[in-house]
Amino acid sequence: MLNINNLHVELEDEDKAILKGLSLTVPAGEVHAIMGPNGSGKSTMSYVLSGKGGYEVTGGTATLDGVNLLDMEPDERAAAGLFLAFQYPVEIPGVGNMTFLRTAVNCQRKARGEEELSAADFLKIIREKAKSLKIDAEMLKRPVNVGFSGGEKKRNEILQMAMLEPKMCILDETDSGLDVDAMKLVSDGVNALRDGKRSFLVITHYQRLLDHIKPDVVHIMADGRIVKSGGPDLALEVEHNGYADILAEVAA
Amino acid sequence: MKLAQAKTDAAEARVNRSDLPTGGKWANEARLAALTRLHGAGLPGRRDEYWRFTRPDDLNRADAPAADLLKTGESPVFGDLDRLKLVFVDGVLDRDQSDAMAMQHVEIETLADAAAADIHWARDIYGVLETAGQAPVERPLAALNTALAENGLVIRVTGKAPRPINLQYLRRDQCADAVVHHVIKVESGAELTLLENGPGAARLSKVAEVDIADGGIFHHVRTQGRDHQRRAHTHIFARLGKESEFKSFTLTVNGALTRNEYVITLHGDDARAHVAGACTGDGATGAFHQDDTVFIAHDAVNCESRQVYKKVLRNGATGVFQGKILVQPGAQKTDGYQISQGLLLDDDSQFLAKPELEIYADDVACSHGSTVGAIDEGAMFYLMSRGVPKSRAQELLVLAFLAEALEEIDSETIRDDIRDRLAAWVERHSG
Ligand SMILES: Nc1ncnc2c1ncn2[C@@H]1O[C@H](COP(=O)(O)OP(=O)(O)OP(=O)(O)O)[C@@H](O)[C@H]1O
Ligand SMILES: [Mg+2]
Repeated sequence: MLNINNLHVELEDEDKAILKGLSLTVPAGEVHAIMGPNGSGKSTMSYVLSGKGGYEVTGGTATLDGVNLLDMEPDERAAAGLFLAFQYPVEIPGVGNMTFLRTAVNCQRKARGEEELSAADFLKIIREKAKSLKIDAEMLKRPVNVGFSGGEKKRNEILQMAMLEPKMCILDETDSGLDVDAMKLVSDGVNALRDGKRSFLVITHYQRLLDHIKPDVVHIMADGRIVKSGGPDLALEVEHNGYADILAEVAA
Repeated sequence: MKLAQAKTDAAEARVNRSDLPTGGKWANEARLAALTRLHGAGLPGRRDEYWRFTRPDDLNRADAPAADLLKTGESPVFGDLDRLKLVFVDGVLDRDQSDAMAMQHVEIETLADAAAADIHWARDIYGVLETAGQAPVERPLAALNTALAENGLVIRVTGKAPRPINLQYLRRDQCADAVVHHVIKVESGAELTLLENGPGAARLSKVAEVDIADGGIFHHVRTQGRDHQRRAHTHIFARLGKESEFKSFTLTVNGALTRNEYVITLHGDDARAHVAGACTGDGATGAFHQDDTVFIAHDAVNCESRQVYKKVLRNGATGVFQGKILVQPGAQKTDGYQISQGLLLDDDSQFLAKPELEIYADDVACSHGSTVGAIDEGAMFYLMSRGVPKSRAQELLVLAFLAEALEEIDSETIRDDIRDRLAAWVERHSG
């Protein structure tokens, strides 16, 4: 599904390398987790994959189902099936959450040559999905993320994901800021989307989320590349011992 | 001295071009007095501080520059509302296209009829509020209007008007130079909504003097047409009594030159004045220069005023905002708010703002803010990452930017209508 090969990325404005030979493969239907110290480049990777400006790819490739992601506009990547749940969802005053979502869904459908959803159908579907994430009608009417609590913003990200039904979902610290119950809601939301074909890349600092969303593979990222990959046990090891041992082992 | 002479000469030339209205009784005196004011001030010049951001040349010229007539095939704004419709063509009332000038609690006459009466209440307002509005800054083009206007309406509201009055300003002649002057008196406890739409003329000079007695309510929404080359200079002079309310919203899209001036005096305690505007201009479809110049004077206790202006500018379009809140001595508990914002969609466009506060009382809460900026890249990326193409994302963000100004319109029906028209404009001028 997702194939990243020896990716090198620098900041456009400064001469600063952030991703330094990142390689990662997420096969269809699998859930992979990425853990790693603050500043190791996890969010940068997710931004570069989704096409945010300000970064320069100086080497390597990234493909989704064999299609080169790096040449596409962000909206084309989304229509191709990529989704990023932001670590820091953006507030957009003046744009209603509902208008935003309906526009997004229909723009993607149009880009894929599918028929647009009618207002009535859209409403029916979103009500259902919002309910399971405990997002009330009032929140749907409000401007995108404006005045939402941290946890509400994260739930809103998952609602968008559920509505857009992407092939490849990247979740950047979706668990941070969630209370215990919300974590369960969000995880249930993610698990409901697991259908054996859809893939997930879950960025997190905590083993807790991975109790709910069981990963097939756990990667450790440090200084802009994957330094170690393993099974779910790797997350437990990080939880208990931190990164020092792993980083020392890699350096040796 | 030479400069002053040149300005007076220009005024002379402008006045000589037109015939002074005839047939007026009391009005003739007011017109002659206005001429004297005009001669004293001369026409505005480029060096005048008040005209620093807007060149008055096309308003001063003896002849109106031609403007192509735009056929849109669109339904007129306010067309679906239950309203009393009065149509002006090139600034002249067209009775055939208009409804009968009668409505419960409202007296409507033409300016010419009112002017021909021996005695008329309008005498206490016509040219009077305009004169009061000549300080602290001279507004010679308003005096010119008072001197020359033959057309306009004289409206007296004595109770709650059952329907809005809708003045439609249509165009027929490419070069029409229209001078329109309305007088509106809202009696104590009375209520009127005035809706205006359409470009009016190749060059439109419009003055409205609005006198609101204690507890009166005057709501006003206007759209200034879509003709690209038309020019318009409007003044609204309003005097507010105790516990009265004045609200005015203006939508300006297109137009080579627009200058909308307000002079509002809060005379009675607990009065409220809100003015707002949304404006979109695209230099690619013709020159665009739009100027909102607002002066609000607080001269009573516990009054509230609000100014909310938003302008979206692209391809060399220019937006101007000059807004002043004056708090007179003794106008305690004043609540004054002012915000003006420009959204520039490229580097060629500009937003020029001059927000001012002048306060002579100590127990007041006044705030003003002015910003100019581009589309927020973070919001843009967020929308695009959800599959919304760049042009559509920009449309959404432009409309979001304008939303705060539209919120100032009380009527949801009218607000939605105006929002739809703005959305259509934004879509036409997208990409
Ligand atoms: N636009 C930018 N300008 C300057 N530095 C940046 C920028 N974007 C990323 N960086 C730097 O790149 C490094 C990687 O940042 P990134 O946000 O990808 O880390 P992360 O692994 O997601 O960290 P965290 O776990 O704290 O979320 C950091 O040192 C960060 O300061
Ligand atoms: Mg991060």
